[in-house]
Parts: sequence; structure tokens; C-alpha cells
Amino acid sequence: MMPTTQRRLLFGMLALLSAASVVLAAAVGSVNLGWETWWQALTDPGSEYGELVWRLRLPRAAAAWTVGALLSLSGCLMQVLLRNPLADPYILGVSGGASFAALLGMTAGLSATALPGLAWAGALASIVLVFSLSRGEGPWSGTRLLLTGVVTASGWAALISLLLTLGPDGSLRGMLFWLIGDLSYTSLPGWAVALLVLVFAVCMGMARSLNVLAMGETTARLLGEPTRKVLWGVYLLASVLTAAAVSIAGNIGFVGLIVPHLMRLIVGSDHRVLFPAAALFGGLFLVLSDTLARTVLAPRQLPVGVVTALLGVPLFLLLLNRARVRQ
Amino acid sequence: MSLLRSENLHVRIGGIRVVENLDLAVGPGEFWGLLGPNGIGKTTLLKCLAGLDEPAAGQVLLGDQPIGALPRKLLARHLGMLQQHTVYVFDSSVIQTALTGRHPHLGYWEREGPHDVEKAQSALAAVDLEGFAGRSVTGLSGGEARRLAFATLLVQEPDLMLLDEPTNHLDLRHQLRIMRMIRVHAGDTNRSAFCALHDVNLAARYCSHVLMLFGDGEWCAGPCADMLSETSLERLYDCPVERLESATGPRFHPLGS
Repeated sequence: MMPTTQRRLLFGMLALLSAASVVLAAAVGSVNLGWETWWQALTDPGSEYGELVWRLRLPRAAAAWTVGALLSLSGCLMQVLLRNPLADPYILGVSGGASFAALLGMTAGLSATALPGLAWAGALASIVLVFSLSRGEGPWSGTRLLLTGVVTASGWAALISLLLTLGPDGSLRGMLFWLIGDLSYTSLPGWAVALLVLVFAVCMGMARSLNVLAMGETTARLLGEPTRKVLWGVYLLASVLTAAAVSIAGNIGFVGLIVPHLMRLIVGSDHRVLFPAAALFGGLFLVLSDTLARTVLAPRQLPVGVVTALLGVPLFLLLLNRARVRQ
Repeated sequence: MSLLRSENLHVRIGGIRVVENLDLAVGPGEFWGLLGPNGIGKTTLLKCLAGLDEPAAGQVLLGDQPIGALPRKLLARHLGMLQQHTVYVFDSSVIQTALTGRHPHLGYWEREGPHDVEKAQSALAAVDLEGFAGRSVTGLSGGEARRLAFATLLVQEPDLMLLDEPTNHLDLRHQLRIMRMIRVHAGDTNRSAFCALHDVNLAARYCSHVLMLFGDGEWCAGPCADMLSETSLERLYDCPVERLESATGPRFHPLGS
């Protein structure tokens, strides 16, 4: 376990950087505000650029932070659930179900405001499907869940390809952006914040149990965990987090895989430290990625999913290499 | 009163009968050895006694409670088991892994206190791992990982220890050391141990009782002195055995080329 002071320092730093990243996100974009105008806009929502900052940029940054935190927490949970450090939030088909439903909506020409609801419905359908197919009788089987989930995800991918092939040309770009993950025109729904806070609290209460579960199902049972119940709980928590994130921002890749992994390298595998660190860093990472996505080719906007992967891959390889050298 | 009892226990695995009608009573202060050839079902029986698997018939009782009726958390405060293999997928430090032994003793939001850390440190010292606290578990050798798993069991402080071949991967010195510690643990007034072993001579030297599994559900159980003989061991392992006397009691030596 990290020493308490070091841990507090890390959390403090991540929280501070998170706040700073949101403020930075409000300053830069296709309309470049000078520092003075920016400060004026920030302090006075009624000023010339107040609307831009308060109605567009800040809500978008807040949404990015929340989605990043949701995905990172979900990734941490999935990795313990499947006892595999390479598991990510999308592996069991939740995002596939959500995407299929959202793309179906786009094909049918529904308005953008209907999409989050549809995505939720698709994600829930997928969660229930995988849950009921893999639950069965007898002891917990992680392999059965993994296979059911992965095959279900492939099924969704096939249906999505079908929609992409048959869908009207005009909606292809929107579909692509959804599949890559995009935060344009998003604001932060209040329920997502409530969900994040709630699930985070539950995660912290379960953190020591998850440490034990990471050592294997039998070991966890011998150390007093009713593993079947706990693991299904973890599956549902992780799935709901993923569903929330995807319904807001589409399939932003890589965050849920890389952030938990990076944090494991830095803070170790104690979930009492890992959960807050991953949530904070996940939020920070996605705000910065999205800010880059808005500015790097401004006035063109990239889908943030492109940036997360482009940033994430080298960052990850670098840290992995350093960890190896240290060992 | 016995710590662990089985009544009319039938255990099977994949069509193999491990034991039939097993009536076992592991009393306080007793250190049981479980002997039998490879693949006879020692691990299966241990899992059943730990409440991990359901028996085909009969029941296992901890104290006077059927083991399946106890919540796992309560059970884990009284019964601990060293598994045959431990695989660490996620990286963690040695001390943090040893501390997981405190898990069943702590509430949801409770953190390990200095008292718990002390327990973990002294358990690590007991298995010769005191300098390893900050090391990563994924870098341990087979024997070190084995000793860490045993230390974790010590930290758990169960009244009843079940152990599946605790001396696997251990050098001679550590084999004796671990066996001695199990005997000390079981020597306590309210405690006992039940331990699958491959080395008959470790059983002869340290155990107070043995349970032998002959296959086809046949078994016999009793104090070591009555149970361990050339004839019983020849039957058990299908291998001629000679008995030698040593300063620390009888030893059994396999014959034949």
C-alpha cells in the first residue's frame, strides 16, 4: 500500500489537474479567447463570450470528465471480474448493444436527442441478455461469462456492420463519429453525475473485497467472500457504468483499458487507492483529449476517440517500458 | 468437541468415488495428515471439507453447524485453507498479499490497523520472508510464493487449518519449518490442522492422526502410531516399503528399483 501522505499528495494533484483541465478546456477552442476575455467570460456569464464558455465549453468539459471517470471505473471492475488486466469496458457487449440501438435510431432518422435513451435501452438489453445466458446454475464461471459476452459483442458488431452497409449515406458520418466516440454537442446530464458518485461509493465499500477477488475466486471464497453474488454485482456495476458513458459519448475507446492499467503501474493494485486514482485520472485524460480533439485541427473537430487512442498508445508503451526497466 | 466432523460423507468427482461413509472427527489439538496416491481425490476431499464443493451425500460440520449453513465471512474466521496452487495475475506487494488474511476479520469500510500490519509482519518473519515486504508477488520463486501463501493463512488465524500439500516447492529446511509451525498451531487448545501430504515421513514425524484414501471410496483413519505400518503403506501406494527406526521415530523407505 502506498504511504498515506504520498497517496493524499497524488489524489490532491490529480484533483487539481482535473480542475485545471476543465478551466483550460473553457479557454481554448476554435474561437480563441485571450486570457482577459476568457476571465471575463468565466466570471460573468452574461458577457460577450459568457454564453460560449458557460453553455458550450464548460458543460462539454464536465461531460468529458464524467465519461472518462465512468469508463475508468468500469475498466477497473471489468479487469477484476474477468481476472484479466487486458479486459476493457466494451468486452462483454454492453457498448455493442448501445451502439446498435443508437445507429438504428440514426438510420430511422430520429433526432439526436433521442439517441442517449436508445443507447441506454440497447445497453440494458445486452446486459440482460449476457446475464441470463451466462448465469446458469452452480458456481461462478468467469470463462462462461467472458465467452458469452465476447460472442454477444461480435453479434452486435455484425448487426452494426449491416446497418453501416444498408444505412442512408447521409447518416454514415454521424454513425462513424458515434462508433469512434465523440463529445460534440454533449452536455452533462445530472443523472450521470449522480450515478458516478453512487457507484464510486459502492466501489470504495467493496474495494477490499475486490483486492481479494483479484487473487482468484476460490481464494476469495476462502477469505470470506460470497463470490457468486459479489461477482454478479461487479458485472452489473461495470455494465451500468459503461452504458452510461456510451449513451453520453458513444464508444470512446482505450480510456477504460489504459487508465486502470496506467494507474495500476503507478499506485499498485490496492483498489482503495486504484478506484479514486483511476476515476480522477480518467476524467483528466478525457478532458485533455477532447480539448486536443477540438483544437488541433480547428475549426475542424475530431472525434475524441481518435485522440484517446493516439495519445494513449505511446503513453502506455512508455510507462510499461519504464516499469519493466525498474523491475 | 470436535472442530470439524463429517457424517456419512460421500464424495465423488467425475465418477470416481473418493470416500464413502466417511465419519471423521478432527478434535482440538489434533494434526491430521491426509495420505493417498496421486489422483485419488485428496484435493477434492479438502475442498468438500472447506465447504467449497458440495458432497454427494452426508454432511460436514464445523463445531455443530453444517458448513453450508454458515455465511462465508463467518466461516473464514474459523476455517482457512492453503490451496495447492496460488497464481498471482495482478501485481501486488508481499505485505499487502499477507494482509489479505485479515479480510474476514474486518468490516466493509475498515482499514487494516497497525495491529494487523504487525501480524502480517510477524507471519512473514516466521516463514523467512521478512526482507520481502515491499517486493512484488509476481517476482517470487515457487518456494517463496508457497511460503507467502502459508504466511497469509497464519495471518488469517483460523482455528482449523486445511492445507493442500503445504511443503510443495519447499527446500528441506523450510519443509520442516512449515510442518513445525502447523504442529504448533494445532497444538493450541482450540485449534487443529488437516493436511494433504505426499511425504509419508513428514506425516510420521509431525502428524498426530492420519486419514488414508485407498480408492473406490475406501478409507481408514486413526492415530499415526496405529495407522502407519509397512502393510498399510504398501497397500496405499502399491509399492513395497521398509520401516526404519530413527531418532525422531519410525521412517518409511520405498523398496524396489
